[in-house]
Formats: sequence, C-alpha cells, structure tokens
Amino acid sequence: MLTDVTALTLARVQFAFTVSFHFIFPAFSIGLASYLAVLEGLWLKTGKSLYLDLFKYWLKIFAIAFAMGVVSGIVMSYQFGTNWAVFSDKAGGVIGPLMAYEVLTAFFLEAGFLGVMLFGMKKVGPRLHYAATLMVALGTFISAFWILSVNSWMQTPQGYVVSPDGRLLPGPSWLPIIFNPSFPYRLVHTVIAAYLTTAFVVGAVGAWHLLQDRANLHARKMFSMAMWMAALVAPVQILAGDMHGLNTLEHQPAKVMAMEGHYQSHPDGAPLYLFGIPDDAKQQLDYAVGIPKVSSLILKHDPNAPLAGLDTIPRDRQPPVKIVFWSFRIMVGLGFLMLGLGLWSLLARWRKRLYDWPMLHRAALLMGPSGFIAVIAGWITTEVGRQPFTVYGILRTAQSASPLAAPAVAASLAAFVLVYFALFGIGTWYILRLMSHPPHVGERGVASTERAPIRTAGITPGPTQNPGPEVGREPLPGAAE
Amino acid sequence: MAVNVDLTTIWAFIIAFAVFMYVVMDGFDLGIGILFPTFRRGDERSQAMNAIAPVWDGNETWLVLGGGGLFAAFPLAYAVILPATYPLAIAMLLGLIFRGVAFEFRWRDPRHELFWDFAFFFGSLIAAMTQGMILGALLQGIAVEGRSYAGGWLDWLSPYSLLTGIGVVIGYTLLGASFLAMKVTGRAEEHAYRLAHKAGIATLALLTAVSLATPFLFRQYWDRWFEWPSVLIVAQVPLLSAILFFALFRSIAKRRRYRPFLLSLGVFALGMAGLGISMWPYVVPGALTIWDAAAPERSQVFMLVGVAIIMPIILAYTAWAYWVFRGKVAEEGYH
Repeated sequence: MLTDVTALTLARVQFAFTVSFHFIFPAFSIGLASYLAVLEGLWLKTGKSLYLDLFKYWLKIFAIAFAMGVVSGIVMSYQFGTNWAVFSDKAGGVIGPLMAYEVLTAFFLEAGFLGVMLFGMKKVGPRLHYAATLMVALGTFISAFWILSVNSWMQTPQGYVVSPDGRLLPGPSWLPIIFNPSFPYRLVHTVIAAYLTTAFVVGAVGAWHLLQDRANLHARKMFSMAMWMAALVAPVQILAGDMHGLNTLEHQPAKVMAMEGHYQSHPDGAPLYLFGIPDDAKQQLDYAVGIPKVSSLILKHDPNAPLAGLDTIPRDRQPPVKIVFWSFRIMVGLGFLMLGLGLWSLLARWRKRLYDWPMLHRAALLMGPSGFIAVIAGWITTEVGRQPFTVYGILRTAQSASPLAAPAVAASLAAFVLVYFALFGIGTWYILRLMSHPPHVGERGVASTERAPIRTAGITPGPTQNPGPEVGREPLPGAAE
Repeated sequence: MAVNVDLTTIWAFIIAFAVFMYVVMDGFDLGIGILFPTFRRGDERSQAMNAIAPVWDGNETWLVLGGGGLFAAFPLAYAVILPATYPLAIAMLLGLIFRGVAFEFRWRDPRHELFWDFAFFFGSLIAAMTQGMILGALLQGIAVEGRSYAGGWLDWLSPYSLLTGIGVVIGYTLLGASFLAMKVTGRAEEHAYRLAHKAGIATLALLTAVSLATPFLFRQYWDRWFEWPSVLIVAQVPLLSAILFFALFRSIAKRRRYRPFLLSLGVFALGMAGLGISMWPYVVPGALTIWDAAAPERSQVFMLVGVAIIMPIILAYTAWAYWVFRGKVAEEGYH
C-alpha cells in the first residue's frame, strides 16, 4: 500500500515538473512568434531594415526556445499514457480527440512552416516567408486554443456521459465540451500572459542594451515596443484575471477559497488576506493580516456579501491550501508590478525620458523574468487548486495513475530532472548569450559572426553600430540581406 | 482474415499510416544521427545536419500524431502499451530531447561542437533502439488484466525485442544514408552511397532474422504466414521485398540519385504490410483487438472529419516545405 502511494506521489511530482518546465517555452514562443510576425510585417510595410534586423535578432532566440518547447512537449504528449494510463482510459474518449485536433491543426502547421521561417528567406522571398512566419504564429495560437480547451474541460467538465463501466464518453455535441464554462476565460488569460511574458523579456533585453548604449536605435525600438505592450496589456490582463476568478468562484468555489485562504465561511463580508500561513490540519490561517470586506467586494462586488469557506467542503475534497494561497499571491503581485512598470514607462514617455532614465531601465531588466514566474505561479494555482481531482468532481487523481512500481517512476523522474536541468539550462544559457549581444545593423547569426566577421553593404559592424544619436534616424536601406 | 470496413478499421489504417509516416520520415533523421560520427568534422557534418534541419521538426510531429491518434482512437491500447514499455518510452523521449536540441545548440557553441555531435548521435541511437524494442515488446505480447497492464516493468526485455531494436537501428541507417546520398555533395556523397550499401546488407540480414523469428511468437502469426491457401497472397510480401532489395543494391552501385531512397521506403512499406498481416485485427497481440480498444463512436467520427479535411492540407504544405529545400544542401543555414 505504501508503494502505491509513493508511485502516485512520484508520478504527480514528475508531471508537475515536466509540465512546469515545458510551459515556460510555449509561454515565451506564443508571444515571440507574434512579435516576429509584427516585426516582419513592419519591415515589409515600411521597408525599414531596422525591423528586419530586430526580426533576425529575435528569430535566433525563437529557434532555440521553440526547439526546447517541441522536445519537452513530446514528453507531455506521452506522459498521459506512461504515468496516467487509467486517466487515459477513462477520459480518453473526450480529451483524446481534442488533443488529436491540436496535433492536426497546430503542431503540423508550426513544424511545417518553421523550416521555411528559419532557413527559407532566400529560397522563397520575403512575401512567402512572411506567410510562413504568420502560419507559425497562428500555429502557436491554435495550439493554445486546443490544449486550454482540454485543460479547461478537466477543470469544468460538461457535455459528457458516464458509461456503465465508469468511462467518460462524449455526449451528443462536441461544442459544450470544447467551449466549456471556464475555457474562454482561461484562453484569454493565458494568451495575454504569454504576450506579457514575451514583452517583459524583450523589454529587459532592450533595457540592458540601453544601459550599455542609450543611442542604440535597435535597443530603443524594442524597449519602446515592449513598454507599449506592458502599459496597454497589463491592465487588460488584470481585468481578464478578475473575470477568470469570478468564473472560478462559480464553478470551482473550493479553489477560490484556497486562493483567498478562507477556511471559515464569512456570512457578512469576507476580508482580503494579504498575508497568513495556511494550516490545513487545523483548518485555519495563522498570523492572518487582512483588509475587512475586500474579498467580498472583489468576488461579489458587494462588501457585505456572504462568502462560503472551506468548512463547507468535505476535507477529502479540499485542495492543499498552502500552495494555492502563495502561488496566487505571487502571480497577482507580479501582475501589479507589471502594471506599475507599464505606467512608469508612460510617465517616461510623457517626460521624454524613455531612453535616458537608467532607473526605469534597471527596473525593466529586473522584471525580465517576471512573466515566466507569474505564468508558472498561475499554472500552479489553477492546477493544484483543482486537486484532489484530475477531472474536477468526477475522477480523482489517486484513481488516475498507471499501475507502475515506485522504482520505475522514481528512476524516470530522476532522469527527467537531470536531463532537463542540464539541457534546458544550457539552452537558457545560449539564449542569454544571444541576448547579451547588442542588436545591430545587418543583423546576422551569432555563429557566423563568431566564425567570420561579416561586412554588408559597406557597413562594418563595430563596437557602436548605430549611425547616430538622433532619434528616428533609420539605418541605411539595403543594410541587410 | 476478412476486413470489414467500419469506423474502427478506418482508424486502424489511419494510425498505421501515421506510424508509417513517422517511421520513414523521422527514420531518415535518426539514421543520419546514428551515422553522424562516420562523417568528417566540418563541412561534411554540417551538410549532413543541414540536409534535415528544416524538416526534422515536421517529421517528428508524426510521432505525436501516432501517439496522440492512438490515445484518441484507441485509448485503451495507449493505456496498456505505454505502462508496459515504460522504461523504453521514457528512454525514447529523453533520446529525442538530446537529438532535438542538438540541431540548435550545435551552432551556438563551436567549442562544444563535439559534445553536441555526440548528443545528436547518441540521442538518435537511443530513440531508434527503443522504438524497435517497443515494437518487439508489442509483437511478443503484453499481459493485460481487465483494462490495464498486468505485467512486470521489465517484461519488454527479451532476445526478440533486442533483435527488433537492432533491426530498427539498422533499417534507419539505410533510410538515412540513402537520403543523404540525394542531398549532400563531395566526399560526403560518396561516403553516403557506401554507407547505404553496407546498411542495405545489414537491413536485409536483420529483416530476415526478424521475419524468421516472429512466426514462432504466436500461433496466429504462424497461421497467417503459412496457412494454405492464404500463403499464396502473403508470400508476395517477402518476394517483393527480395526484388526491392535487388533493385536497391543495383541503384546504389549505379549511384542513382533518388532511387536508393525510394526503394528503401518501399522496403519499409513492405515491412509495415508484413506487420499488419501478423497483427490484424489486434492492436495489442493476444490481448486487445482494435474493437476492444476503440474509442466511442462519437470520438472517432469527430476526429475523422478533422483528418479527412486537414490531412490533405498537411500533406500539401509538408510537400511544399520539402520542395522549398529541394536539391543538394549547401553548408549554410539561418545560423
């Protein structure tokens, strides 16, 4: 019996580990693919080689991140079978087709056009190449659509019937399954999160190079674009998150109780706990610091509205509060910091100091990884908050695992940890090294510049690649390709 | 072995098609990885890698479709086969990770190029070997009780599965070498032809060994291959294979550009047909037929609509991507 529990725990750790690692890459590549499409589109529209330089600069980074996303994603697609075989058998009839549609409509699209996007500029010409870039960006979005539909269905299942042997089968229509109640909120919240993640990475790289050389036109452009994104999208994301939270309250109240730390019901207005140490055993929040009535105000838009607590949920159906409570606070905290940086950048624009305010650039640099942390924290909030179920309210996690011996799962977990940290650590190092090179005129691959210096159209890349300090002056046309 | 065309049968063929596409397309990628150390450092290796750099990702996607399709159309088979071959599946995934990152990492870090070359080789070797062993484990039968795997976690390990493992490794090198013969130039091209010749001989030997060993695994396999009068039909598979091998060796000797690869594809197609003849209508031999393991009809119909509409489009743009990168490769990339 002990070994059963251990194998289950190990399988859960393995899934959490591999999915958290994986999620970093699509969160980045969804946003980056769109950014690349925007850059290439601007280049085609304006003819300014600045945009092409930026496109090529970020393309190299995209290629590495995308490759890591692909290989870690293949692991995910097989984990359902290796570690969660019972879940696959019981829920496969419903979620299998959705995942098959992801492969058919998204993965092939991305993979098919990726080769042309990376290697095909000279072979197909700019317009067809742009079409390939758009297809890759579209593929990342369609992929998000299907996988979030699957995940949302596991959170808010509907449209299914239960067979006599306990399997979940699709009902007469697929629409309620695909467009289940939490799906639109989760899709919007996650895609915006991916855009913000990319914006803060791009912003940090721009900020870093502005700190080195505030006249670098390429750094200025990427910093400016990223800060627009932060300023405009961070508030939208907070709104979307709020709506997602209300949807969760409706369909998964126990998750919201855990997020808010509400062990007890509050019949006349619930406080918003800013701090506290959740204790599941005692069913209380120790050292709680809260603002009275604000939780009710946020969740019910009425300070005196009653809010039920975990005391209304049987103990064996409660999620582990401590993880959900803290991961939620990390996500929300970072969200407001993002908003703060976005507003700061607006102030800087207004005072015409966007490119010469080192404090702002340092803050943007510091916020570079914030998107990744927020995305992972949000993911943990929603996934751990679903426990103890894989399919919410229907199929328990404990009844979903494969009949595997603990040593087998332990060995594979150890192998994943070793390989992921080593390989993806190195990959991240390569990405950081690419980012540390300033973007410059006639942007080329790092490998080529390291092996042989490149001279293009009479412009020799040197320590300072920019034609001059005046804002708005563009590099000479024909500097690239 | 009458074949009634119903929804489940159609799905069995779709999954078989996806697996076949994976085997031949990623087969030559992995084969090139396995042969990689035999190419000289510098230009030769760069050519070999650039021959597949734009397409490997698309090729690998067929593995996701094969696995994802199995999950969607035959969830029970998916839920039985993967736990039964657990260590192999994990090792395959890890091998594919090393192989996949090598494409990007190799160019980023010239000082550690040798390490990534090794990762490319070793990851390809592991992935190919484990895929072959998973095939062997499936063919030799999997213990099933109720709706789940009921064997130990080393049941897959046997002389037979080792044989199929080596067989797939060798078969992939034939695909890889004959693909490279089309794509590379200079000394590498001549090297690829010579490799193709050797790999052809080794593939013939291993295919023969596996074909001779398989009928002894299950009574059904034996009957399928040797029962009168159906033997007259199934015997065409080995006969055709013999003809294809003969043509293959001639085309390699004559240094034909495209024919060796196309004939290698033919050899694999016949191997797939042989596999189908042995296994039909089982998806897990001896335990689950395709109808036992099938997903609910609504799931199968829903996906069939998608496959019917989207698959031709996928094949079209995949063909276009190959067309864009047609001809001999140069050493350059986007790198």
